[in-house]
Amino acid sequence: MNSRHFHRLAIWSVLLLFAVFFLVPLYVMVSTSLKDMAQVRDGSLLDLPHGLDFGAWRKAWSEACTGTDCGGLKPFFVNSLLMVIPAVLISTALGAINGYVFAKWRFKGSELMFGLMLFGAFMPLQVVLLPMSQVLGWFNLADSIWGLVIVHVLVGLATTTLFFRNYYVGLPDELIRAAMLDGAGFWRIFWRIVLPLSTPILVVTLIWQFTAIWNDFLFGVVFSAGDAKPVTVGLNNMANTSSSVKEYNVDMAAAMIAALPTLLIYVLAGKYFVRGLTAGAVKG
Amino acid sequence: MSSAFATRLARWMPRLAVAPGFALSFAFIYGLIAWNGVLSFSASRLLPNYEFVGLAQYVALFESERWHVALVNLGIFSFLFIGVGLALGLFLAILLDQKIRAEGALRTIYLYPMALSFIVTGTAWKWILNPGLGLEHLVRGWGFESFSFDWLVNPDRAIYTVVIAGVWQSAGFVMALFLAGLRGIDDAILKAAQIDGATLPRIYWRIVIPSLRPVFFSTLLVLAHISIKSFDLVMALTAGGPGFATDMPATFMYAMSFSRGQIGLGAASATIMLCTVAAIVVPYLYSELRGARR
Repeated sequence: MNSRHFHRLAIWSVLLLFAVFFLVPLYVMVSTSLKDMAQVRDGSLLDLPHGLDFGAWRKAWSEACTGTDCGGLKPFFVNSLLMVIPAVLISTALGAINGYVFAKWRFKGSELMFGLMLFGAFMPLQVVLLPMSQVLGWFNLADSIWGLVIVHVLVGLATTTLFFRNYYVGLPDELIRAAMLDGAGFWRIFWRIVLPLSTPILVVTLIWQFTAIWNDFLFGVVFSAGDAKPVTVGLNNMANTSSSVKEYNVDMAAAMIAALPTLLIYVLAGKYFVRGLTAGAVKG
Repeated sequence: MSSAFATRLARWMPRLAVAPGFALSFAFIYGLIAWNGVLSFSASRLLPNYEFVGLAQYVALFESERWHVALVNLGIFSFLFIGVGLALGLFLAILLDQKIRAEGALRTIYLYPMALSFIVTGTAWKWILNPGLGLEHLVRGWGFESFSFDWLVNPDRAIYTVVIAGVWQSAGFVMALFLAGLRGIDDAILKAAQIDGATLPRIYWRIVIPSLRPVFFSTLLVLAHISIKSFDLVMALTAGGPGFATDMPATFMYAMSFSRGQIGLGAASATIMLCTVAAIVVPYLYSELRGARR
């Protein structure tokens, strides 16, 4: 074996080793969720399950207890769906309009406005928690799904505006000018020219917002109670319920259920997810 | 008359279109920041009140042992999370950049944790690191009877388990950023260096890594930002425990504001977090927007 081959082999082994490191938690989650408690107690972490026993999944979905309430993760999962759909659509739509103006219709002060809005994507959200819970209380939206939707739209607006603005900056100005000469106005240009060219950034923004809002825990735990809790809060409460017997197989099944929507998106549209990540990190 | 109005309306349309979004964001961001600031100067406990007490909450905050633990933890966590994350991410990116077979599959594997909620990964790691049945049990089963790994429940070690889970979650993301940066480097420069007889490690050390400076900078910013805000992972993995051994500023703020009835103190801790983030982010935003205008 010559040294070139040796190098290749060494690189490959290191990369594979890390692949194992990244995959083990997923394997442990899936395999534990398919075991019964006897096997969890007597076997070890990496054992294969004895069979495909979906009992723990069924229990996590519809029977497991969080506190005194034993309806499984299902109601929380439904809450997350009811919250994520309007929040993603509204924040994306508003972000597209903002981005269109900040990129193609700049006016005196518009850069400053953009900068001021952008800070919202960076500020630690702890700073809005206390006042926001009061505001939601005034409007009778505390502990409701709509309250969560509003907060997610407000927080997401900075990110979606940034995404669309950076994308629209890349569209040629001549396109807009030519349309204006043809007599098209602000909205017509948006609907007929800009929006049809927006598919790539629309996909990135929708995926990004879906992932961020689905995975949120902070707002879920602070602004929701009773019947409005999202799935992350349900999962956390389930996994931290102190009962005499800890059912790790049910916890892992619950974690998988909470993870499935974003995992699915990642597998189906990973390319766009990564584009969103990098767009979020390398601004401008 | 009406056509003059229409022209004027058309001219103002862009402003009218951003006005609602901007007004809402502005009120949300700066209005609530100011409000939180007011609360931090008040005597609020279980309920907000507006009795002005000057800096008393900040004094109480910095005299609180728990806040000190949270700051030290943030220091330990940020240092290791950022350091190990950067090193591992860069290392993986450089290896992947060597025209590796199945690069796409490997990238997918490294990056998937980023798609998951910190609550999910925290729950999974809590089970793996569980001293009774997890990793410790596994290694003992391999014949190492005296092996012990109880970091999760050991007050002096628990913060490091948060680092492990945090690095696991975000190393792939750092890898993706560096890989994008590496792909942006002109191959001709590398070829020229190779012809001059430079070895591959030397080329990376002297040419490639220095040219990745902007990527380093934005990655550092994002990781620092994640660590200052980190809340979910700690809540799912240790809930700040044992005791308050793994508290961080974000979990401290939550505990004071929503379970301990110390709203003024919670608001003060949030303000300190804001100042920390602003000190990092504002110069960055300023330079980015400057750069964009040119």
